[in-house]
Amino acid sequence: MPTLLKRVVVALIIIIVLVALNQYMGDEGLFGFGVPPYYARIIILAAINVMLAVSLNLITGFTGQFSIGHAGFMAVGAYASAYMTVYHAQAWERALAGMVGETVAHALIFVLAITVGGIVAGLAGLLVGIPSLRLRGDYLAIVTLGFAEIIRIVILNIDKVGGATGFSVPGYTNFLWVGIFAILTVIVVYNIVHSDMGRALISIREDELAAEAMGINTTRYKVVSFVISSAMAGMAGVLFAHYTRFLSTNDFQFIRSFEIIIMIVLGGMGSLTGAVFGAIVVTLLPELLRQLPGDFSQYRLVVYSALLIIIMLTRPQGVLGTREFGLSWLKRSRRRPEGTEAVGGTAGVPIAEKPAIDSAKEVKNQ
Amino acid sequence: MDTFVQQLINGLTIGAIYALLALGYTMVYGILRLINFAHGDIYMVGAFVGYFLSFQLGFAAGPSLVGLGIVLVGSMIISALVGMAIERFAYRPIRKYARMTTLITAIGVSLLIENLFVARLGAAPRAFPQLLQEQSYTLFGNAAISKSQILIFVVSIALMLLLQYIIFKTKVGTAMRAVSFNLNSAKLMGINTDVIISVTFALGSALAAAGGVLTAQYNPQIDPLMGIITGLKAFVAAVLGGIGNIPGAVLGGLLIGLAETFVVGYGQNVGVPTTFRDAVAFAILILVLLFRPTGLLGSTVQEKV
Repeated sequence: MPTLLKRVVVALIIIIVLVALNQYMGDEGLFGFGVPPYYARIIILAAINVMLAVSLNLITGFTGQFSIGHAGFMAVGAYASAYMTVYHAQAWERALAGMVGETVAHALIFVLAITVGGIVAGLAGLLVGIPSLRLRGDYLAIVTLGFAEIIRIVILNIDKVGGATGFSVPGYTNFLWVGIFAILTVIVVYNIVHSDMGRALISIREDELAAEAMGINTTRYKVVSFVISSAMAGMAGVLFAHYTRFLSTNDFQFIRSFEIIIMIVLGGMGSLTGAVFGAIVVTLLPELLRQLPGDFSQYRLVVYSALLIIIMLTRPQGVLGTREFGLSWLKRSRRRPEGTEAVGGTAGVPIAEKPAIDSAKEVKNQ
Repeated sequence: MDTFVQQLINGLTIGAIYALLALGYTMVYGILRLINFAHGDIYMVGAFVGYFLSFQLGFAAGPSLVGLGIVLVGSMIISALVGMAIERFAYRPIRKYARMTTLITAIGVSLLIENLFVARLGAAPRAFPQLLQEQSYTLFGNAAISKSQILIFVVSIALMLLLQYIIFKTKVGTAMRAVSFNLNSAKLMGINTDVIISVTFALGSALAAAGGVLTAQYNPQIDPLMGIITGLKAFVAAVLGGIGNIPGAVLGGLLIGLAETFVVGYGQNVGVPTTFRDAVAFAILILVLLFRPTGLLGSTVQEKV
């Protein structure tokens, strides 16, 4: 079968599955079955977190530039799109509905909102990235944190978007949207990482000076990956805003950025599947810990932070390291005898990227 | 003019607290290249230890200078032990790992302390007992300086001088400087680096605790999350002065304190709302890092291939 056709078929199947799941998770349910709203909420938030973690992984995991400001870009996307949907979208949607029908108009407006959120967040990423990415390591981390905090305080002072009282936003997001965009994010980041650009990014992570000596324009690549990463965070912010229907700048404090970092560190920096895994675990864990008996449930956040420390102490490279979890990984790990792990045994961030690249080749060869 | 002097006094008061905290950040960073995110929480722990000590020892009933002294020293000692414990159990095992790992662990420790305190004590603010008979003195006409502000100046200057003495005149201090210069060489010279790192954490934590108790005298509202933003700003102060540089930390702290107070005091005249109070520290930080990445007093380190 030609590749294009194959891809279209796969995409169609995924969308059909998502539509079915969306119906299943909605208020009406599917064929009389449904998910309680509480679980639906957790699943949707998990998917949004997947977007955030995967996009942060592009800049932090693959390019090695530590950013603690992801929540800031999420906020930019959320507020920019919310401004549009609150003040302009209703009129546009009515006008469009006359031409193409209500459902399509609704969808088009939301696509527009997501695009706006992504572009504005990407621009913010460009503005922040160009000066900051000259810095390295801890300094970059602190500057991104500072920028995110400034973004938050600036938004707090814009009365048009609610300021300190918060901002009510129409609800557009459902599982279908979140699912499609989470999958798109993963695909885009996968393709970037496995392209020429991805090789350049990984070489910057491994040794910036050496990469520069090999003729890679490190500044350009760092800024580009930062902008892409911010734009995706902005889109996640759009979905978040139109799901919770209420925005408050408190949602975007630096603790939020920490949370996203925890996701990718937990899963393994430089691993796509790791980021997805980390995002799901970090979303679920506090909720699961709610089930702790009686008095213990008030300690759930204590347990959560203790677990984080324990994971760092026992497996600092994260659960997956830079490896990818997938079919080829399973095959290879069966082939390899016990105790001969390829990489990632010693340092916090393992040097080699071999397994991911190998698995990519294997996928292509199939 | 009067308000200017008043703002100056208030700014220096906050700045002195930031400076006390920044010293801890800068010492730990100088030795381990670790941003100790839990440092701001030690400041909070210090305030709470002071709170409980004042009640346990019966000083909460009325103002007494002796009581304040005992509470201050007690809180510093207990917090120093907490700081040493954090270093021993969380940071030491991962010292050899990548910087990112240690940073995440520091964030984890910070979250753990905050959540533990919220779970045990609740997030609601508590009123710190007044151990000092509050009284204001008039300076230069209309500007006033309160007793607690004088206390903050006196104690923080005394502690900074003490620290300066420890670092430059004692054997431990010499060892600390050696370790921060090069950890492995220091080890080869027979310095027990583990002990020295422990001492560094103890000193930093004691200063932070002192900051916590002093702040609680000036502004008697303490809550388990009070250390987050103060800690971040103190870290900014340390970077501003040149991280790893002791006088730089003090200078940075005072500058951040002044900048913050002036934004609140005069910002509205030029169209900057008072809510930008928390942003100003970060704005300064960004400008400094972009134009002088080593900080005001820091020295340039050439990167080797």
